[in-house]
Amino acid sequence: MKPLFADKMRTIFAILGSLLILFIAWPLLRTVTASSPVLLWQTLLDEEVRDSILLTFYASLVATGLAFICGVPLAYLLARLDFPGKWLIEGIIDVPIVVPHSAAGIALLMVFGRRALLGRAFGLLGVKFVSATPGIVAAMLFVSLSFLVNAAREGFEAVDPRLERVARTLGASPWRTFWRVSFPLAWRSILSGAIMMWARGLSEFGAVVILAYHPMVAPVLLYERFESFGLRYARPVATLMILICLAVFVALRMVAGRKGARG
Amino acid sequence: MSGSGSVQVRDLWVDLKEFHLRQINLEIAAGEYFVILGPTGAGKTVFLETIAGLHQPHQGHILLNGADVTDVPPERRGIGFVYQDYALFPHLSVAGNIAFGLKLRRMGRKAVEERVAAISRLLSIDHLLHRMPGTLSGGEQQRVALARALVVEPWLLLLDEPLSALDPETREGLQRELARLHQALGTTTIHVTHDFEEAVALGDRIGVVNEGRVVQVGSPEEIFRKPGSEFVARFVGVRNIFRGEIHPGEDGYRVLSLDGVKIAVVTDLVGQMHASIRPEDIIISREPLRSSARNCFQGRIVNIANKGTVVYVTVRVPPDFTCVITRRSLEEMELREGLEVYIAFKASAVHIF
Repeated sequence: MKPLFADKMRTIFAILGSLLILFIAWPLLRTVTASSPVLLWQTLLDEEVRDSILLTFYASLVATGLAFICGVPLAYLLARLDFPGKWLIEGIIDVPIVVPHSAAGIALLMVFGRRALLGRAFGLLGVKFVSATPGIVAAMLFVSLSFLVNAAREGFEAVDPRLERVARTLGASPWRTFWRVSFPLAWRSILSGAIMMWARGLSEFGAVVILAYHPMVAPVLLYERFESFGLRYARPVATLMILICLAVFVALRMVAGRKGARG
Repeated sequence: MSGSGSVQVRDLWVDLKEFHLRQINLEIAAGEYFVILGPTGAGKTVFLETIAGLHQPHQGHILLNGADVTDVPPERRGIGFVYQDYALFPHLSVAGNIAFGLKLRRMGRKAVEERVAAISRLLSIDHLLHRMPGTLSGGEQQRVALARALVVEPWLLLLDEPLSALDPETREGLQRELARLHQALGTTTIHVTHDFEEAVALGDRIGVVNEGRVVQVGSPEEIFRKPGSEFVARFVGVRNIFRGEIHPGEDGYRVLSLDGVKIAVVTDLVGQMHASIRPEDIIISREPLRSSARNCFQGRIVNIANKGTVVYVTVRVPPDFTCVITRRSLEEMELREGLEVYIAFKASAVHIF
């Protein structure tokens, strides 16, 4: 590898790039260092904070699980099949990334609201979305499933279809071929997609706040404390969230890194 | 240890995006080694995959041992498949790859281990069982792929250009290995290749395909002695191909005897082998030549075929040798049919396979 500052252009590029890195790292570092460990510990003992963090983890995990069950099969189909209108399906998968998340929340409300068709149908089963955990799950699922589906699709695309064909000739049914060949070979991509999706779900605010202000997920709690009590009260919660999400992200990079090492 | 089944292909049509097979009819006897020979892009892989049940034919029938399997899914056909670049499962060890098909058959662990050990010994890969496929050489990977296909005792073994990805030396070794395996197991085999010498060395019969059609079926001898069409003649090319017995000779040479003629050759091989000599490697003259060429024979011109700037001259020694000379040489030497001439070629110009 050539030295970073080999010529003038590279030096200028490096300076410009560092501005962005600084822009991300500085505020995060400031927040994390602003609260003392004692204060953080006290915040963690605050039942309201603890409950909201656990609820956030739980809701995002459920959303990821749902996306896993329906999204991995979808990803497989997208990786293996060519059919008219495939571009449309792929587009729909990506839409949640581009729409404002508060708009996504409104859209969900139109379907899962108390008076909307699906909302009423689920209501008969005793499942409530508005101001309830299922609403949080629905919001997180909507805004983050693209990450899982796209990663899984890339994972399956990297599996040589001839491996599946050989498995078939050796006596494996389509199901067994999937579980013994395609899935294990795409597993790292699927896992890294799932972690990404989970992390994205944890940090969701816009869509969640419209469907369910209460019970409060951590980002909503953070917002409420900031609005009601100001920066000093919001900061420890923010610090906690940042630290937790960083830990998740480091884990993700380790998974992805091992995938690279294998390939 | 394997079974062996007959194959009948009746009026088979396949339509895929890039490849089409048109009206394929073939009869392959149980235990036969059938080679499909054709240029790249002739639809050879699609043909094998269709027989294996991986593509649904547009029309036509595939019979295995007399039973129509056209609508039977690949996992219930009992057909082994080996791809050119091996297609080993990268997440499984060599042993795991070979045992893949056995484990699907709910066999006991002990039985699986025994069968894996037996087939690995047969293919001399028993020392590799704990390695991962990515760490093996091409030849080793292809042996593992063969073991994986054969261990489940298929009725039929399909080989898709199994030697093409290998370096020449490994290829020759594995080619002999394929012949030996076929002798030992007797599994009906369909082997696809674009290499004519490979086809001649291995095939009981050869089917030549072009643009999705079978254009000629016959013994190797028939294919190159009597090409049925311009395409076959051009694809096979004009060659001198012989089959004879090789035994040790003097001065470090070996001797190939055929039709009473003894030809000096350079090779490590012995026994019944094929030999080929390119027409451009044979020198033709009116007088006996004093040259470094070890092989010099007298014969009579039986045919002169004019191909524009070059001329193919067939000289009966016997056997018949075909050489290529320019039109100008033909005129200068005043060659004509019935003339007695001398031919000469180096021992190293004879390729033994």
